Amino acid sequence: MSEVSLVQAINLALRRAMMEDPRVLLLGEDVGINGGVFRATESLFQAFGEQRVIDTPLAEAGIAGVSIGLAVQGFRPVAEIQFTGFAYTCIDQLLNHAARMRSRTRGRLTCPMVLRSPAGGGIHAAEHHSESPEAMFAHTPGLKVVTPSSPRRAYGLLLSAIRDPDPVVFLEPTRLYRAAHEEVTDDGIGIPLDCCAVLRPGRDVTLVSWGAMITETLRAAENLSRENIDAEVIDVATLKPLDSATILESVARTGRLTIVHEAPLTCGLGAEIAARVASRGLTTLLAPIERVTGFDTMMPYPRSEAFYMPSADRVTAAVRRTMAYT
Amino acid sequence: MTIVTQFAISSTRLLDSGGNVVAPLPAFAQDDSELVALYRGMVLTRTFDAKAIALQRTGRLGTYASSLGQEAVGVGVAAAMQPSDILVPSFREHGAQIWRGVSLAELFLYWGGDERGNDFAVPREDFPNCIPIGSHAPHAVGVALAFRLRGEKRAAVCVFGDGATSKGDVAEALNMAGVWKAPVVFVVNNNGWAISVPRAKQSAASTLAQKAIAAGVAAEQVDGNDIIAVRFLVEQALERARAGGGPTLIEAVTYRLSDHTTADDASRYRDDAEVSRHWAEEPIARLRNYLVRQGTWGADQEEGLLQECSKRVDESAASYLATPPQCPTEFFDYVYAALPAELAEQRDAVIASVGKQP
Repeated sequence: MSEVSLVQAINLALRRAMMEDPRVLLLGEDVGINGGVFRATESLFQAFGEQRVIDTPLAEAGIAGVSIGLAVQGFRPVAEIQFTGFAYTCIDQLLNHAARMRSRTRGRLTCPMVLRSPAGGGIHAAEHHSESPEAMFAHTPGLKVVTPSSPRRAYGLLLSAIRDPDPVVFLEPTRLYRAAHEEVTDDGIGIPLDCCAVLRPGRDVTLVSWGAMITETLRAAENLSRENIDAEVIDVATLKPLDSATILESVARTGRLTIVHEAPLTCGLGAEIAARVASRGLTTLLAPIERVTGFDTMMPYPRSEAFYMPSADRVTAAVRRTMAYT
Repeated sequence: MTIVTQFAISSTRLLDSGGNVVAPLPAFAQDDSELVALYRGMVLTRTFDAKAIALQRTGRLGTYASSLGQEAVGVGVAAAMQPSDILVPSFREHGAQIWRGVSLAELFLYWGGDERGNDFAVPREDFPNCIPIGSHAPHAVGVALAFRLRGEKRAAVCVFGDGATSKGDVAEALNMAGVWKAPVVFVVNNNGWAISVPRAKQSAASTLAQKAIAAGVAAEQVDGNDIIAVRFLVEQALERARAGGGPTLIEAVTYRLSDHTTADDASRYRDDAEVSRHWAEEPIARLRNYLVRQGTWGADQEEGLLQECSKRVDESAASYLATPPQCPTEFFDYVYAALPAELAEQRDAVIASVGKQP
């Protein structure tokens, strides 16, 4: 057991999945000898060869489409799209084909593929390199959408995503690729995709977040503890399908809810979570639901991205508002 | 200046529009029973087509895309395939699907708006129709790659129309197939029209086949109304693909004698005179003329075949019309392998509202 970064945990999970299942293949731009632009597939080409780690031409829709053909034929392709901003051309393939193959053939053909992509801002990257489009995917029936918040969770969630019988969009928080480190046991144990995780129990307020924003949310929870506010932090992790029960149960105890995500406010997944709590947990609420999110603007260029992205301070301020409400 | 590359596109026609032999026929065409089988396949396809339109016009089928006049492409392509190959079709290849073993009742069910029509009893591995144009081309490359990775002597066949050759998916698929020498054969069913947009407005390229040349994929053109030529060229391309010789694109030039679909009225944009001219080229009469001249076919056989096809189509239509509807919650059951809790709640609400269990 050793401390690894989130991107190294991804690498460990890929290696483990490839060792345990010969149907698992990796494909994407620069995933081969270069090991991926973030090194997520580092040394896998050397370990498993060009038949299982496939450098593709520069064509994102084609990568998604070829993965569908492979998956329908019984392989377990794990496609890498270099940045989520370039995954939009894959949306036709994912929505019109991967997501509905099982349904439209009544189970005759299925599409067990994973589309991995680094998502989110905070690394001062060029434009189109910092997008948070999770809601676009989560809106699509038939897809699963997963995002990890730490190396350990990245390892376990990715293993489960690869083993899942349905297509999974796996969004990796770029910002945490090297910033997050923890001990990860390479034991091949997956983390279930059907439930949220309570990362920090608390009595006074429920904070719901995912991906890179978990870091800010946990930091806010620490700040708040110094003010004697005991915050519970839930990592949604699997954004689709959404485990409402864990969130509702928590809000029933705390009576207060703040949702944190990096994606824009309008039609963000926070809206769905808020709606579910409003429709099924309204009487348990002691205060209006707060959402701390990116703004309904373009993701700004790097010099301004810090103004856009939710910070621990913004989360803390929102929680203070909800706590002050009587 | 140095010329660094050059290319040529060949076009093959073995029977002219009158059914006269204009080039040496391949070995399989020496066997009359082979040609009669192709003929029967085309006639059955056209009989199915007419019935589908009749059902649609009487409100018993959904919007339907006719293959009238293009039967030689569908049947010829499928006849060239082995059962173990995989067809990845667009939505006008009824002839290919019927030849491959998809039942007429399944086809009616699909076009009647029921997903169970895609749950083919045979062939289990063929893809369902692709409606978003050209987006299935990379799937065929993935299938072909799967064959190659497993060391199987199989090939994928992807059929799309002339309009699809303008799409990025097709360009990406051709490019990948070329790089990976994938065992895949692309067939362009060039029927001259993408709804109302004629071939001339679709591309300035003098042939659609040559688009494959740019991707390092072998390419040729064939008279798509000459089923002997279609089958022959596709067979050769498939043999080459299965043997590791790489992909091929075959542009089959045919003509859409029908409207685009039953929801279309081609008289808004197309001259009747043009359509009439193309009736003289259509594939069924062409092969029949040849067979009659060979002494292999006559009025009695024709009459018998038409009756047989009508009976089979009518029985299948009756079976389709008698198919009980799906349970009102069945569409929940295949969204994922296992029904997630949030979806189970939505399904249960439907069950409660209709007052019965699934």
